Amino acid sequence: MKRLLGVLLLLAASQLQAVDFDYRLSARPIAENVYAFIGKTEDFTTDNGGNIVNTAFIVAPQGVIVIDSGPSLRYGQQMRRAIAAVTAKPIALVINTHHHPDHFLGNQAFADLPIAALAETRDGIAADGNAFAENLYRMSGDWMKGTEVQLPGKTLSAGIVEVAGRRLRLVALDGHTGADLVVVDATSGVVFAGDLAFNGRAPTTPHADVAHWLKALDQLEALTREAGFNVLLPGHGAPSADAGPIRQTRAWLTWLSAAMRSAAKDGLDMNDVLARPLPAEFAGLPVAASEYRRSVGHLFPAAELQALGAKP
Amino acid sequence: MKYPLTIAAIALAALMPPAEAAALRESGDPLDSARWSEMQKAFLAGAPVLFDPRVKVIAPSTAENPMQVPVTVDATALPGVAEVVVFADFNPIVQVLRFFPEDAPAFLGFRVKLQQSTPVRAAVRTADGVWHVGGTWVNTVGGGCTAPSAAGGSKEWQQRLNEVSGRQWSEGPNAGRLRMRIVHPMDTGLVAGTPAFFLEEINFADAAGKRLMRVQTYEPVSENPVFTLQRVSADGPVEATGRDNNGNAFTARIDQ
Repeated sequence: MKRLLGVLLLLAASQLQAVDFDYRLSARPIAENVYAFIGKTEDFTTDNGGNIVNTAFIVAPQGVIVIDSGPSLRYGQQMRRAIAAVTAKPIALVINTHHHPDHFLGNQAFADLPIAALAETRDGIAADGNAFAENLYRMSGDWMKGTEVQLPGKTLSAGIVEVAGRRLRLVALDGHTGADLVVVDATSGVVFAGDLAFNGRAPTTPHADVAHWLKALDQLEALTREAGFNVLLPGHGAPSADAGPIRQTRAWLTWLSAAMRSAAKDGLDMNDVLARPLPAEFAGLPVAASEYRRSVGHLFPAAELQALGAKP
Repeated sequence: MKYPLTIAAIALAALMPPAEAAALRESGDPLDSARWSEMQKAFLAGAPVLFDPRVKVIAPSTAENPMQVPVTVDATALPGVAEVVVFADFNPIVQVLRFFPEDAPAFLGFRVKLQQSTPVRAAVRTADGVWHVGGTWVNTVGGGCTAPSAAGGSKEWQQRLNEVSGRQWSEGPNAGRLRMRIVHPMDTGLVAGTPAFFLEEINFADAAGKRLMRVQTYEPVSENPVFTLQRVSADGPVEATGRDNNGNAFTARIDQ
């Protein structure tokens, strides 16, 4: 009996260990003095706790610049500890690239520091932040414990800024959301693309304007052709030494919007569109099937309006 | 009532492919919903009921947007369809719509607001008085019925109320198809300060005035409803007429 109890206790202990809410973040150097935490190319689950996103930091001469804060309070706290393990310099600024929850819900862990975003991103977080957080509690479970929305207190605008002794170029684009900030660090040659670029994972479209997004991708690709370009860090998926993630994202969006248009033109109903198989080119892409289904909900109604001759 | 239905079920089963015949059953909700007996009482009281795989209810198993869940009801495999009633067991307003196919096949696509995960069902009454029931579970995060309509946030819809757009397809894989959209907030009355305001009836008739289908709509139909019908052949324009619960009427011609 005692032995049985012992085994049961051991089992219980090993189960506890499986859910220790440790994201196991380890800073990966992607260029000199630039590090990233690379998330999984998955959807939010209670296993990954929302660690499906890339966040990053630059060790500048007088401090650290953090780019995106992750999906939860715990992530933000663990990120802060992981940064402290790399450098003793203080954090000078946290930047949120756009208003999606996996990119800003770690802000709380940096509440004592300046947090900045584009004006539309701040507005988006203020308007939708709580609903996003609620949704992540549903999908990621207890990993989210204690997470609340922390609004960025500072507003950024496009142009050159100097932070902690580092000159950064802020490029304000849109298309993935209403405001997508790209940060170009000329010193290291890193382009922080945010969710304008996905690598090896199907893009998400809940607030997308595909035409704008495609235009933004052209501008983003131009940045990778500039002298000194070194690494592109997408919002999801591995960093890249070339514009590959941009081309992947463009190919998906181009196919997706053409597919919605032709489906609507052919008289398909939304359920017919959902039932369509993915083309071979994208069938193997992680989370392609689920993102396609979501995107039909986001994008088909507009294509349908056009096909039915309705005013938008 | 039980005995004659069993005879009918056996006779039906003999005519169906074995897989479908095996799924045919008179009792025991295949969707295992705690509210089935209430639903049966409310909508099918006293009449014989058959769970019938020939009644196809197509909807995503997980709804991305609870305000716009696409549902397609296809009962074209059943002969002699007189009436189809669509309901969602766990919605605060259960009844979604009814349709009466006349010169058009028993096929209708539309979108619905769902408040929580629920079976979405179609009960199809055939000429012999039997209700054939099909359905599917839809999982959703909810909020569809108590979230305000988008129209509530703008005044533009007032100028565009009952504005109809639509098309018919006379060739290609969807020949005979008709799709129509109407501008209407379809307010459920469950949002504080916004009374129920929804389309109640839509009639589709061909150029000769022959009715294709009558549709009775209720609050859970999505804002700016979109309908998909299938004609035997897309022969000439279709006239759509209808009205909402405030008496606002519309008439529109849908060309090819």
